[in-house]
Amino acid sequence: MLSDITLGQYFPAKSIMHRADPRLKICLTVFSIVLIFSAGNFFSLALAVGYIILGMALSKIPLKLYLKSLKPILFIIIFTAVLNIFYGTGDPIWQWGFIKITRNGLLNSLFVSVRIITLILASSVLTFTTSPTQLTDAIERLLKPLAKLKVPVHEFAMMMTIALRFVPLLLEETDKIMSAQKARGADMESGGIVQRIKALVPVLIPLFVSAFRRAFDLATAMESRCYNGGEGRTKMKQLHFGAVDWMVLLSAILVLGAFMALNIVLPPSIVR
Amino acid sequence: MPIIETKNLTYIYGQGTPFEKVAVEGVSLSVEKGEFIGVIGHTGSGKSTLIQTLNGLIRPTSGQVLLDGRDIWQEPKKIRSVRFRVGMVFQYPEYQLFEETVIKDIMFGPKNMGLSEGEARERAYEAARFTGLKEELLTKSPFELSGGEKRRAAIAGVIAMDPEVLILDEPTAGLDPRGRDVLLAQIGQYHCERGNTVLLVSHSMEDIGRTADRLLVMSGGHEQYLAPTKEVFSHGEELEGMGLRVPQITKIMQELIKLGVPADPSTLTVDRAVKQLIPYFKSRGGDKNAV
Ligand SMILES: Nc1ncnc2c1ncn2[C@@H]1O[C@H](COP(=O)(O)OP(=O)(O)OP(=O)(O)O)[C@@H](O)[C@H]1O
Ligand SMILES: [Mg+2]
Repeated sequence: MLSDITLGQYFPAKSIMHRADPRLKICLTVFSIVLIFSAGNFFSLALAVGYIILGMALSKIPLKLYLKSLKPILFIIIFTAVLNIFYGTGDPIWQWGFIKITRNGLLNSLFVSVRIITLILASSVLTFTTSPTQLTDAIERLLKPLAKLKVPVHEFAMMMTIALRFVPLLLEETDKIMSAQKARGADMESGGIVQRIKALVPVLIPLFVSAFRRAFDLATAMESRCYNGGEGRTKMKQLHFGAVDWMVLLSAILVLGAFMALNIVLPPSIVR
Repeated sequence: MPIIETKNLTYIYGQGTPFEKVAVEGVSLSVEKGEFIGVIGHTGSGKSTLIQTLNGLIRPTSGQVLLDGRDIWQEPKKIRSVRFRVGMVFQYPEYQLFEETVIKDIMFGPKNMGLSEGEARERAYEAARFTGLKEELLTKSPFELSGGEKRRAAIAGVIAMDPEVLILDEPTAGLDPRGRDVLLAQIGQYHCERGNTVLLVSHSMEDIGRTADRLLVMSGGHEQYLAPTKEVFSHGEELEGMGLRVPQITKIMQELIKLGVPADPSTLTVDRAVKQLIPYFKSRGGDKNAV
């Protein structure tokens, strides 16, 4: 079922990660991804991975859900890992014809897989613990300086809120329409690629029709409540930077310090 | 032999996530060929979930669904053939229309069954007649129809497959009272003429009381009763505890019984109530203000 996709979903719970300020969480996610990608040796990589795992543990969300979020990209991970194994430089450890595996290739492959996996996990921590409204609120706040440059930040954030709000609705609707057409014998699981695309028509047409209907309804509803953009609009839920947030920020600074030390002092493990 | 049976059927949504929800639990029921079953229950009691397991749209978390004594999931590859035999009309089915013309949309099911263009067309016309869809509408785009007409077209799309078991999930939701009565009468007539099995989900006890042979009452994912309609309605108070209301006239009769008036506690229509009460009042000397 479509609803089995956990990537990008919000799971409410009571944890430090849920309580932390969404602006901080967005910055931290970017921060840890930058760490992961600038790690030059195993020690600094391990530190960055450990930091993300700590975030996962503090989120009180079952590990199973994190693993599930990796499922859709499992193929990409395996594909890039295998590709990297054979594209190493240096002396081969094992050779068969023109195919060779080198130490450098193996290391590269390991680094790349760890990077992709932690990239997904880090963003999962963010989306699992932050409701869509908090997320867009935070983005709006973070991008506010751009409003001075006449960038329509509020409109952008509102569009994101609406889009995020409609994702689960549309997924549910797709599920429903698919069921209805399957009940009339639509075959969506077999046949070649052309047949499968054709089989989507009975799903896509009703889906578009209903998406447009919803969009019109929403626009009417917003207009009849006098929505006219961001000017003078206030927020019901103000964002607060509290004690928890200062602690989290402190941890990030400590990790950054340790990371830089490890990255500079110890020799790089891979040749780029 | 029962045409549809379930054995200890359980369905859990989102198993293994924080949103885990047991929608149907341990339901064992059996429906005989040719029966008209009404399915009632408070909102969220698992009606829609239960009926979706019956034609293999969702696979039970545990337990079995038997069609003609055979487990429908015995050969998962052949599940499509089950869906042709057990037709399903969803809640708000008008959102499933997609073809250029209404008739083409009704023909979608029959054509998926592998029928020829001609046969499919014939069936579509017949199904349209059963649902009372006017012929001049059939060549229009489904998006030009009114809500009620769309509903009929969608129901015709399932009837056209001529399923042995027809399941309808609240087919009258959102229709005007007259449209509701007409549609229900048509479903009843279809059932009489074809003699196939019908399961009708509804919130309205009045509607369902008139047409169904037996009632399945769902509450909190459990099957509370599966019994002849009259018998179920005589449990007025238990039903109210489940958030259901028996027809008003039934309730009045049940209250009268409490006051010592001899009456049938499962009276469903005003006509029948009048027939019972007039002799009683006459015997009391015509004092109509006694109660
Ligand atoms: N796709 C879904 N994902 C998760 N939970 C669901 C889903 N569909 C239904 N549920 C839950 O399962 C329970 C039973 O739902 P179901 O739709 O079967 O109820 P129903 O009896 O048909 O209600 P109604 O009369 O409102 O149509 C409800 O508590 C509902 O919240
Ligand atoms: Mg329902």
